[in-house]
Amino acid sequence: MTKTTLKSALAVAALFAGATVAQADESAQLVINGEIEMVTEAPAAAHLEGALTTVYSGWLFRDDATQAIQMDDFDNPGMLYVDQGAEMWATAEGTEGKSCADCHGDASESMVGVSATYPKWNEAAGEVRTVTMQVNDCRESRMGAEPYKYGGDDINALEAYIGFQSRGMPVNVAIDGPAAETWEQGRDLYYTRFGQLELSCASCHEQNYGNYIRADHLSQGQINGFPVYRLKNAGLVSVHNRFRGCIRDTRAETFAVGSPEFVALELYVSSRGNGLSIETPSVRQ
Amino acid sequence: MADNVTPRVRVPRDATAGEVITIKTLISHQMESGQRKDGDGNLIPRSIINRFVCDFNGQNVIDITMEPAISTNPYFEFQATVPESGTFSFTWYDDDGSVYTDSKDIAVG
Amino acid sequence: MNFTRRDTLLLALGASAAAMLPMRASAAVEDNIAAFTGGADMGEGGLTLVAPEIAENGNTVPVEVSAPGAVAIMLLAAGNPNPAVGTFNFGPLAGAQSASTRIRLAGTQEVVAIAKMADGSFVKASKEVKVTIGGCGG
Repeated sequence: MTKTTLKSALAVAALFAGATVAQADESAQLVINGEIEMVTEAPAAAHLEGALTTVYSGWLFRDDATQAIQMDDFDNPGMLYVDQGAEMWATAEGTEGKSCADCHGDASESMVGVSATYPKWNEAAGEVRTVTMQVNDCRESRMGAEPYKYGGDDINALEAYIGFQSRGMPVNVAIDGPAAETWEQGRDLYYTRFGQLELSCASCHEQNYGNYIRADHLSQGQINGFPVYRLKNAGLVSVHNRFRGCIRDTRAETFAVGSPEFVALELYVSSRGNGLSIETPSVRQ
Repeated sequence: MADNVTPRVRVPRDATAGEVITIKTLISHQMESGQRKDGDGNLIPRSIINRFVCDFNGQNVIDITMEPAISTNPYFEFQATVPESGTFSFTWYDDDGSVYTDSKDIAVG
Repeated sequence: MNFTRRDTLLLALGASAAAMLPMRASAAVEDNIAAFTGGADMGEGGLTLVAPEIAENGNTVPVEVSAPGAVAIMLLAAGNPNPAVGTFNFGPLAGAQSASTRIRLAGTQEVVAIAKMADGSFVKASKEVKVTIGGCGG
């Protein structure tokens, strides 16, 4: 992988260091259960011209032990939550006494490919929606149930189950048409420097991936494996919670989980991973 | 946390007599260590699975004493000898008195 | 409390020096070992302890122990507030006296395994595991 060549000079360059410890195997192949071959390296989408030539899964930046946990569904604790999500899918809730399955049937058929195209423009609602927003709309308008807390354990499990149905399929979110405005808003956020450290998403994940920030091996910040099982949290973490953590680490006030800003950023960051396989539920440090 | 605890075990379906097989087990459990504090600074009381046992047809394979240093969602991998067709039983013992069990049949052909 | 610049500097130096030292074995480690061995001498060899040199996150560190012919293997994390991790007792149908699990390490420290062999003797193996503290708490 030749990607740490010439990086633009950064005011914060001192924060970043080249690899001092060879702990990640960046040429490793991600094959799950010995049979599902995942695309962890792909040509960058056209809209990334001038920024990136190749996109890489975060899996490549993890050490051998962390990588191994994702390679077998039994070893992957994220699958515990996929199982929980499967139960939730079939459980009737709310005043209408309906479950997801009552309308959408077998998720292993109806949900195939869905997460690969989200966030997505919803014509009726006139907005870009994440999977969480779509689930909560179903809960409120069709099931007569309370919406799930954005980024909470319940929706993370259900979203992992839905995302799991697309595992191995390429991320393919649309950025044109009515979604373009939201996408551009997300792109602006991606390049905006936040906090006392004055770091943008791009400072770490575009200009310094492959380098270390303190002891952290920086990835491209791809979100093709979310919700992700993080060893640190010993549980699932949503895209928005990860965004919030990153922005907080720049020592900034962050946007709220579920905010329009994070929805836009999710669309934009998803589009940076177009071509990579959906890895849900992935495993990271 | 005795709710939402789901055991998962992986055992081959069949084996030859006397074969040594690999067993994996995973159970969803917080394994609250007793070292953490909540938002108000109060110590969260320990609540873990403290013992795991695997038997085959009533004979012991492995008996593990577990402490709070075992990670959330405890995972074990170990080997068992399969002398004949029968049933593996798996038992997890929780601090709160709950017992979680699972079993898997294996055929010796 | 008012810190002078000098105090702050000294505090910072002390903190970084402490951070660089691996966590020290405590008396609790000795107590755990004594309870397991009854104070018997421990040899070396015949016990394999596999753990990563560097763990990406101390919350979930994969470890494997193996001691052919052992009756039991005790695992300790010498630098944890409570060093006990677990004890694997092998029954008559154990296919091998080995096991893998995932453990919590509070920081860079020594992981220790002690095997009780069938003849009542004990062997010990240990390995230092560095736990990285990242810049991104996320």
